[in-house]
Amino acid sequence: MDGILTLVGFGPNGWGDEIASGVLVTVSLALATVPFGLALGFAIALAKLSGDRYLKLSADIFTTIFRGLPELLTLFLVFYGAQIAIQRILAAMGHTGGIELNAFGAGMVALGVVFAAYASEVFVSAFRAIPRGQYEGAEALGLGRWRTMRHVILPQLIRIALPGLSNLWLILLKETSLVSVIGLADIVRQTGIAARVSREAFLFYSIACLLYLILAMLSSIAFNRIEKRVATPGMTR
Amino acid sequence: MSETRYIAAEPAPAIVGNTWTAARVLGLVLLAFWILCGLGIVAFLVASWNPGLIQRYGPNYVSGLWVTIKLVVVSVLLGAILSVPIAMGRDTSNRLVRGFSYGYVYFFRGTPLLAQTFLIYYGLGSFRPQLEAVGLWTFFRDAWYCALFAFTLNTSAYQAEILRGAIASVSRGQWEAASALGLSRLQTIRKIIAPQAMMVALRPYVNEIILLLKGSAIVAIITVFDLMGETRRAYARTFDFQTYIWAALIYLALVELLRIGTEKAEARLTRHLQRR
Repeated sequence: MDGILTLVGFGPNGWGDEIASGVLVTVSLALATVPFGLALGFAIALAKLSGDRYLKLSADIFTTIFRGLPELLTLFLVFYGAQIAIQRILAAMGHTGGIELNAFGAGMVALGVVFAAYASEVFVSAFRAIPRGQYEGAEALGLGRWRTMRHVILPQLIRIALPGLSNLWLILLKETSLVSVIGLADIVRQTGIAARVSREAFLFYSIACLLYLILAMLSSIAFNRIEKRVATPGMTR
Repeated sequence: MSETRYIAAEPAPAIVGNTWTAARVLGLVLLAFWILCGLGIVAFLVASWNPGLIQRYGPNYVSGLWVTIKLVVVSVLLGAILSVPIAMGRDTSNRLVRGFSYGYVYFFRGTPLLAQTFLIYYGLGSFRPQLEAVGLWTFFRDAWYCALFAFTLNTSAYQAEILRGAIASVSRGQWEAASALGLSRLQTIRKIIAPQAMMVALRPYVNEIILLLKGSAIVAIITVFDLMGETRRAYARTFDFQTYIWAALIYLALVELLRIGTEKAEARLTRHLQRR
């Protein structure tokens, strides 16, 4: 028992500080991905609902590709593919020598486009759930397109989309674990190193699972707060 | 009596205004971008066409694909069997059983599949003497069986939730009517509840299969040579990026096939609801 406490402690023989930094990396990767993924997903949802055939088709192609590819493969495609592309472009410009892509950046892009593909579907169904009368009412009040969106549609949209988005956040949190494969020092990688060095694989991978559970629980609490905050008192749907 | 005069019929006014709206222009630009991407990939594959490479690694890809399909099919089927007691456990009156199944589902849905696979493949190695004593070590020593075990447990948790939701969606009246007709419990489930629950559950089930198919790529990390594993091996030996492109095309085709198949199946399951 003492041995275990030393192993997971924060001392020089313990892995506590390494694992804590891994938690930080996991959380910051997920947090960095969300704004990018949300913005892209919202734009794709608008494209799907624009009524223009070609715009909808190109948005559908995006969703089909990034919902159909395994996340790990998307990650490799971005990580190696972008590396090769940048190297070719630099070589064409006369630059020689290798270039190493940042694992954090590659993870952010790969997880972000996948998040966007799923988020666009959530936004589309949320848009569909808003009755036409809301747009007509806004128009009758003389609101322009931008103000209708900002003051009438968005507040309702957030409320409807929130459960779907919180689901996507939980999925994203779990998917960040894949970035450990391309060398980012997240929870899985740090506990993996600890497991290999200390030969206590079960202990450390259990800790990894426990940490993800704790993050999921904290997220649920946060989302419940947000949901209460954006809810209109007395309104039912 | 005044003579009633009607306005002569006229054709609908022609649509005035620009058909080249911003949306249309943006749509065409983006579509052009996708077409260029597609042509770029085709050009890349043609330019790096290498019969030797295909001959050498093609059979590996086929065997990798087979491993992937086997892994997904077997774990989905075993998971389906395992999900029944878990789904039932979520709704029993026994608090211990209910707590256990809730914890089971929460654990497997709340942690990454990668961490679960590592926990089973690397983690259970810590218990080697105990596992050897009960004769299970040969099972847990093999990466393939560990992957299968982890995937079965994982998908059973998700499937239990789908099953529970689908059965809950069938209204109580259906159970009561069946019991009024004197049907036994098994008959009620088979003839009344299951067909209606299947309509609700079909889409989530296929989504789960697709998620598992995509998730199955991670077994490559624990040295199972599935499609992703073979791809990684081919890339490591040749440093030829087309290895990844081929894998992407195969995965996309698999997922699309599943999706189209579901739409057909759904049309058949709900054929009595369709308006003609």
